[in-house]
Amino acid sequence: MINLGNEHHEFADEIKADSGINFNVCLHCKTCANGCPFIEGMDYAPNAVIRLVQLGLEDVALECSSIWICVGYNTCSSYCPMAIDIPAVMDGLRHKAIEKGVKIAEPDVLNFHTEVLNTVKKYGRTHKLEIMMRYKLKKMDFLSDMGLGLKMLKKRKLDLTPSKVQDKKAIEKIFKEK
Amino acid sequence: MKKFLKKNKNNRSSERLRFSFFPGCALKVSGHESTLSLLKFCDSVNIELKELEDWNCCGSSSAHSIDHNVAKHLPMRNISLVPKGIPLLIACPSCLIRLKSTYLKIKEDENLRQEYEEAWGKPFDEDLEIIHFFEIFNRIRLEDYINHLEEKLKKIKVAPYYGCMLSMPPNLRFENNYSGIMEKTLSKLGADIIPFGYANMCCGTYLSVAKPQLAQKVVTQIVSKAMEAGAECLVTACSMCHLNLEIRCALENSIPVLHFSELLSMALGAEDQKKWFPRHIVDPVPLLKKRGLLVS
Repeated sequence: MINLGNEHHEFADEIKADSGINFNVCLHCKTCANGCPFIEGMDYAPNAVIRLVQLGLEDVALECSSIWICVGYNTCSSYCPMAIDIPAVMDGLRHKAIEKGVKIAEPDVLNFHTEVLNTVKKYGRTHKLEIMMRYKLKKMDFLSDMGLGLKMLKKRKLDLTPSKVQDKKAIEKIFKEK
Repeated sequence: MKKFLKKNKNNRSSERLRFSFFPGCALKVSGHESTLSLLKFCDSVNIELKELEDWNCCGSSSAHSIDHNVAKHLPMRNISLVPKGIPLLIACPSCLIRLKSTYLKIKEDENLRQEYEEAWGKPFDEDLEIIHFFEIFNRIRLEDYINHLEEKLKKIKVAPYYGCMLSMPPNLRFENNYSGIMEKTLSKLGADIIPFGYANMCCGTYLSVAKPQLAQKVVTQIVSKAMEAGAECLVTACSMCHLNLEIRCALENSIPVLHFSELLSMALGAEDQKKWFPRHIVDPVPLLKKRGLLVS
């Protein structure tokens, strides 16, 4: 049941505070939904995700796949007549989903982001080969894309050794800073 | 003599333009051919790019997705490394958005500025200019560096692909927009431009790893629509797009994908293609030979 009292504002306020975006100006015109190339992989269109937040349907919003499928490349926000930074709202929802420990709809995407940041923490730059190896290891998937991986190595699309930042302390500081 | 001619044609060109250069991981770590051809091109139009010393990853899509704080400080450190008075040039559209929006946020928010200055021990440079590589076409004229430019690309049929680079978040919507720059430049150099409806569709970026089937569908659509329109090759503005268009296209007879900088360098007479093309998954050499752009 959707409670249309005042209490559902709390969740919307939390997301507004995290993202710094006022999504209540959304007209639900669906321009974002029509422009998104990845809507097929989403259970709710971007404007519908905003609606879920407005209605205070916290669990549904945090557990939906859309917030992880969104790659944040601004097709939606650059067409949005109300100039809502929709990817920033998605970021806010992702942060909240991690913070509240809800079930993550697309664990592969989160796994990928985590591995990217792990290599950045280690070297200051991303190291694609290590990201791919660890990602596949966590997923226990060694067969899919094996041929592609070998082709990329052969074409030298994946460097064997990482490119590193010299000032390791600065990178450590970034990952400690709160 | 050459110098004299240049000077007479346009005074602006006599001065060597200097930029601090932020390659970012996509160019530095996997798109070597993109970096090499970019540096080559810039050198041939009298532009000096000096790699930003000890730069770090901008945070890419991952930092802002899962860690606010890291997403804030990774670009901040890069901003703090730029030598004063020299504009920062970025060739990756995604790195540009990360650095530029962080820079604008610091500029507008007193608390954030304080946080930046405390963390990175440097006063914030309000006048720092952060530009995309395409901005140089507003500052130089190709005709000052090359004669008969309209003959250079020999009517090769190219479909320019921008991906997400023309889409900006609302806080950057008043920044320069480079819509049409590739079309304008390449047609000036004698290429035959093939417009197609999918030039601004996102390539899928990291979904190519985490959700390969979704990325494959979109990429295959992009490439096949360019082919249907009559393109012999696609040209990309971004190294990430280049990689995805090559690795996630499911077509057996896919067309080559070239970096914009590769075509530019070739038009300006670069001869080191042997360092670039072996790194392509779809070999562009047969096409370029057919068009007379490469001799054996």
